Amino acid sequence: MGHTTTLTTPHSGSAIEPKPAFTIARSDRTLILAGDLTIASGSELWRKLREQLDDAQEPIASIDLTRARSVDGVGASILGSFRSQLATRGVDATVVGANQQVSELLGLFEAGEQPERPRTSFVERVGQRTVELGAGLRNIVAFIGELTVELVGAWRRPRTANWRSTIPLAERAGADAVPIVLLINFLVGLVMAHHSAAKLRQYGASLYVADIVVLSVTRELAPLMTAIILAGRSGAAFTAEIATMKVSEEIDALRAMGFGPVRYLALPRLLALGLVAPLLVVLGDMVGILGGMVMAWVGLEVSPTAFFNEALRALRPFDVIGGLIKSVVFGWAIGVIACQRGFAAKGGAAEVGDKTTSTVVTCLFGIVLLDAVLTILFQVIRSI
Amino acid sequence: MSPVIVARDLAIGFPPDPPLLESATFEIDRGEIFAVLGGSGCGKSTLLRCLIGLEQPLAGTLLVEGSPPEMKVGKPTYGVSFQHGALLGSLTLEENLALPLTSWTDLPDEAIAPIVRAKLAMVGLDGAAHRLPSEISGGMRKRAAIARALMLEPTLLFLDEPSAGLDPITSAGLDELILTLRRTLGLTVVIVSHELPSIERIVDRSIVLDAQARRIVATGAPKDLAESDEPRVSDFFHRRWRAA
Repeated sequence: MGHTTTLTTPHSGSAIEPKPAFTIARSDRTLILAGDLTIASGSELWRKLREQLDDAQEPIASIDLTRARSVDGVGASILGSFRSQLATRGVDATVVGANQQVSELLGLFEAGEQPERPRTSFVERVGQRTVELGAGLRNIVAFIGELTVELVGAWRRPRTANWRSTIPLAERAGADAVPIVLLINFLVGLVMAHHSAAKLRQYGASLYVADIVVLSVTRELAPLMTAIILAGRSGAAFTAEIATMKVSEEIDALRAMGFGPVRYLALPRLLALGLVAPLLVVLGDMVGILGGMVMAWVGLEVSPTAFFNEALRALRPFDVIGGLIKSVVFGWAIGVIACQRGFAAKGGAAEVGDKTTSTVVTCLFGIVLLDAVLTILFQVIRSI
Repeated sequence: MSPVIVARDLAIGFPPDPPLLESATFEIDRGEIFAVLGGSGCGKSTLLRCLIGLEQPLAGTLLVEGSPPEMKVGKPTYGVSFQHGALLGSLTLEENLALPLTSWTDLPDEAIAPIVRAKLAMVGLDGAAHRLPSEISGGMRKRAAIARALMLEPTLLFLDEPSAGLDPITSAGLDELILTLRRTLGLTVVIVSHELPSIERIVDRSIVLDAQARRIVATGAPKDLAESDEPRVSDFFHRRWRAA
């Protein structure tokens, strides 16, 4: 007769939960299980059966369940796994004494062979990410091509595009963004003037704070800050909206009704962003200069009239026009990236989140890159 | 033996709209497969949401295992399979199924893995453990959702439209699985469904709700209800459409 292990309170859940007991005993080559083989004692059952595997006694030939009071899915699964592990050691342990219900349960929870989870090395992952990056850039270029084709198609047959949604979209992207655009640009102008103030006062050139503020705001800061706000608000929203439509088959439904999803969804969004971006930048220019004027007045004792006159002297029309051109390019870039990422979504809710994050990051990168290119281009134009 | 679920004079709905269901009284016995039937908009799914504690009744008494149902943070006492599976999209099937066990039991990871494999095998999803929900069919998602609902060995299982949209063979397989689970684990199963062939095959007793009457219009075994003289019940079982 082999040893008997009696377990009284296998741990599971709260302390007040009643904890059923089970016992394991060996009789020659038979393993006798008695009591409740359930989820409540699952952890302990697993551990005790593992000990039996490592036991140096004669191999188990049978598992006796005559005295098993109750068996649930977890108990049956653990028993099945135990038998599988015995089988890998060349032992085919038969189950005896199980009533019909338990026998059926054991059959139900008999696990088949599962394929191993595919594993990839670090180098493979780097390679995959590089290929994905290249594919992402290629997809954006392809999407611009598709947009061009759809734009021509919409031009020929205007009723096939959803132009009516342009105004509500422009309202969401533009009017709703006005407060944050005003606040950010005002503060940026203020900070710009503040940082310049100390040095300019040192050289007795306080008045030139107007030149610094007006040129930096109109040429760079207002278009850049406004584009960042647009990317965070509208770009993310467009991607989330289109990606959700994609995963819930609304895009497929549009196709089935004969609509081109790019023409129907992307063109109005691009148009809306192209319209509102320069308008927001005009507002951004004004409040950015106002912020600089306030700081010059308070910090450098430059009167608003003197600031205004100096600003007008320093400013050239192309400074403002260049900023507005940048804003339109930024707006379209945000629209292209946001819509392309939305259409690329597949799967479920997690993919919507991934694509939205990707839109914001790609937009920020794209905006800075385009800003550098346009700044150099405009410098060349000014020098001609 | 006391019933698992008791509803007395229950009213459900979403104020200020009129109630979807009023004066609903029924009991569900332990080990029973019970169906909530009715046309679209009659409040079947809302009643299910009340039974699992996601919504509160407007009036009346509702007791599940002796206490009012409440959806709270902690180990759930019953399993629920939602209409479209509601598997977590960012997790593989294996991870979806393991989630309740890792959260609410002290089973070691190496014990959880074979349990998950066994439950996947139970619903015929051998080999799909590492796939994401978006990579499998609707029927597979439903079966995986049922397996997930059973991970904590509940004695009470709620199924919302388990057979809807499935092909007849998969649907028949699912019916067989539900019957086997009841037989082997003694489960009480509450099903919300429109699928008459499936209902007639597996359900012991059912209630029929009616959107216009806003009440339970019939209670009984599906084969008896199919022969009912009540026009709304007869129309439902014999798939007759009448203009409103």
